[in-house]
Amino acid sequence: MAILDDLQLSRREVMATGAAVGVAAAPGMASAAPAEQPTLMKVSFTVNGQRQTLELDTRTTLLDALREHLKLTGSKKGCDHGQCGACTVIVDGRRINSCLSLAVMHEGDEVTTIEGLGGPEKLHPLQAAFVKHDGYQCGYCTPGQICSAKAVLEEIRAGVPSHVTADLTAKVEFSQAELRERMSGNICRCGAYSNIVEAVAEVAGAKA
Amino acid sequence: MKFDTPATTNPIDQLKVVGKPVDRIDGPMKTTGRAPYAYERHDAIPDIAYGYVVGAAIAKGRITSIDLSRAKAAPGVLAIVTAAEAGKLAKGDFNTAMLLGGPEIQHYHQAIAVVVAETFEQARAAAGLVKADYERAKGTFDLVSAKDGATKPKDGGPDSAFGDFDAAFAAAPVKLDEHYATPDHAHAMMEPHASIAAWKSDKLSLWTSNQMIAWGAGDVAKTLGIPRENVRLMSPFIGGGFGGKLFVRADAILAALGAKAAGRPVKLALPRPFMFNNTTHRPATLQRIRIGTDQAGKILAIGHESWSGDLPGGGPETAVQQTRLLYAGENRMTKTRLAVLDLPEGNAMRAPGEAPGLMALEVAVDEMAEKLGMDPIDFRVLNDTQVDPEKPSRPFSQRRLNECLRTGADKFGWSRRAKTPGQARDGRWLVGMGVAAAFRNNLVMKSAARVRLETSGVVTVETDMTDIGTGSYTIIAQTAAEMMGVPLHRVNVRLGDSSFPVSAGSGGQWGANSSTAGVYAACMKLREAVAGKLGLDPAKAEFADGRVKLNNQSLPLEKAAASGPVTAEDFMEYGDLTRTHQQSTFGAHFVEVGVDAWTAEIRIRRMLAVCAAGRILNPKSARSQVIGAMVMGAGAALMEELVVDKRIGFFANHDLAGYEVPVHADIPHQDVIFLDETDPMSSPMKAKGVGELGICGVGAAVANAIYNATGVRVREYPVTLDKLLEKMPVLA
Repeated sequence: MAILDDLQLSRREVMATGAAVGVAAAPGMASAAPAEQPTLMKVSFTVNGQRQTLELDTRTTLLDALREHLKLTGSKKGCDHGQCGACTVIVDGRRINSCLSLAVMHEGDEVTTIEGLGGPEKLHPLQAAFVKHDGYQCGYCTPGQICSAKAVLEEIRAGVPSHVTADLTAKVEFSQAELRERMSGNICRCGAYSNIVEAVAEVAGAKA
Repeated sequence: MKFDTPATTNPIDQLKVVGKPVDRIDGPMKTTGRAPYAYERHDAIPDIAYGYVVGAAIAKGRITSIDLSRAKAAPGVLAIVTAAEAGKLAKGDFNTAMLLGGPEIQHYHQAIAVVVAETFEQARAAAGLVKADYERAKGTFDLVSAKDGATKPKDGGPDSAFGDFDAAFAAAPVKLDEHYATPDHAHAMMEPHASIAAWKSDKLSLWTSNQMIAWGAGDVAKTLGIPRENVRLMSPFIGGGFGGKLFVRADAILAALGAKAAGRPVKLALPRPFMFNNTTHRPATLQRIRIGTDQAGKILAIGHESWSGDLPGGGPETAVQQTRLLYAGENRMTKTRLAVLDLPEGNAMRAPGEAPGLMALEVAVDEMAEKLGMDPIDFRVLNDTQVDPEKPSRPFSQRRLNECLRTGADKFGWSRRAKTPGQARDGRWLVGMGVAAAFRNNLVMKSAARVRLETSGVVTVETDMTDIGTGSYTIIAQTAAEMMGVPLHRVNVRLGDSSFPVSAGSGGQWGANSSTAGVYAACMKLREAVAGKLGLDPAKAEFADGRVKLNNQSLPLEKAAASGPVTAEDFMEYGDLTRTHQQSTFGAHFVEVGVDAWTAEIRIRRMLAVCAAGRILNPKSARSQVIGAMVMGAGAALMEELVVDKRIGFFANHDLAGYEVPVHADIPHQDVIFLDETDPMSSPMKAKGVGELGICGVGAAVANAIYNATGVRVREYPVTLDKLLEKMPVLA
């Protein structure tokens, strides 16, 4: 068939996988030979102030270590590819996409998740502001938005510039533009952006 | 309870709780990460194994063989189910293609196997070892080339005609005849489709993410060939749906099959790059619009035709629907045609029909106004109709489109809009304003609820209604609080469980009005039961401040439950008010854009929506529905497009990096104004929907603003800079 010739693919070699892109999935993409057992490794880190020691398949992401092993499901899996930001957690003071990081890379690290910011009875100021300004709808991106916002405010305070910072030598000031730029890795398909900006601006002490 | 005469004064009209912008009652759970979504039910069931889906690597044809040997031998694997192992499966009533394919393949990434293993990593790795050989069949993937072979769909009134369109259009002094195109769109909700399945002998429990619990339970039973009463669906929190979770999808069926085969509960989420081709999408449309007017701008003839495609047995995108009702004109026609395409299944996405239909119609209206030398608002106002144009004896129950347009014009500063395109500059930006009408019908659906006065005085509401981010929890609590005369914190709302009374569910923007009307009916019954227990006349008793009062008597509500909880259950169903009156929701969208004079980069600077949609039950959550829909409409205008690989037959940009949706930096502050309105024809709540109204027309308002900024008219969405660059105004 013409299209197959175009792509120089052999029909017999096509392998179907859930994540295959087109029919370009090629033999040999599966690295593990059938009998090969998973490599387990011990890792210790602190989550929300609590020391945790886990023995994990080395392929386990930090996100799955949190969600599946520690049962901290506040961090969400929206894409598992670093494209949506729902899995944002704070590691040693910096926000990361926890789906793009293997758990065993975090030996000795300090991890803060949404559960560590506050609970329903004692909301963190950002959590309370999100409720007040309706900065969420379905709620699935919300923990990532809040963790990201917390780190954004600290980045601005620390003087870390962004793409929209006009003067790289001056002190970075909080602004809507700074916030929107820095939060753009956190997708909200419900489209609560306008309200999220107002919530975060209120906590930052600025008018949205 | 049956609603067949217009509502008069009822307890909701007190508006002590209903109509107030209260915070969502589920807010603290959602903002702290404590709300459990489908994949996260560690609390519900232990010892869960992991499922991973394998998808077809061809768009159409047959699997000639599947080799499972390496996958079966992989560490941790507990079971693998393909169509061969699954035995006979039926197609659900609401599905177009089979959820587990094989040997016949109907679309790319149709599921062909589920691998169950001890861990997620093991299941994923083993899924990569499933080897399938295929025999491809020739497929049709291009709507443009399939258009001429499109046929008239059997159902849904594909054609409409009134007066003599052809003659009137031919004779009209001013005419427009243009073609428009909208691409395939993805729901791309943040929470992937996910389910946990657990069998207890022949009974199945499914924790899933589904907008329509009763439809879902029915289709799970049908697909698996088990009695409906053996299926329980639970979906208390849903990470977005937008129509993509109206129907049972592969996650639920594969989890159930995997759990049966493994003898263990199984959880399964569709991987993000799999969702775009495995699940449903909003089909692309090709549209033709013809409008003929007299010299003064009065519409004499209006015609709208639309072509879309779907798998065999699927349905069309009904993009012409609004054109039958939105503007006056004595000669009218619409036509809907459907081509067979072998792309993934097309189906409902937020405001199906109107969303792409208005993206075309409201640009055409802008073009027509320009031809006439009229302001586009004046042109719309001139052609308003207060009756169904095809049936003039049938009035709209409420129609305040003109007021939406006028109010918005005033608030937005419309008078500052440059009459000639390409004239307004702000530094490097060409600035433009655009307007479009928003229109979406108000549907009412039968909806039931159970309410219980607990001995503590708390009122518990149970209904299988879902909250997909819409605010159902909160407005249902507000309704029960108003009806029973208790504060909001004394209402406990339990949703999304198929063991609860069947509700309207979340779809077609019918959820808020219909589900609260069901709660109203149940509360009326509970009021009777409570008054009876207290020896008071239910017709006259007043429920307020946690007490039941009549004349000099005032008794605490909970006294009625002294000997045990008092329960009532009822539903609201509807008579023919939707036939005698056209019930619709209206709005006007205003957008200001800046287009970079050198690069044609497009930025939205301001957005305003003015809505007239009956009583607004909670202005805070309703406003969020509207701004969220405006964001989705902005995405449709500027970036969203599933790109069809026409050789292979799949959507090439099938993840959140390739399928671009608006992010923070794309969206400015948004304003929403609700006109103060009640619609006694809709229900005792006097409310209507807003969740879909908000997306209707936004895309056209953006496109019209871009035209006003640049003088470049783009009729093929999304409007991207490459479509502007060549025709941009010459820089001085």
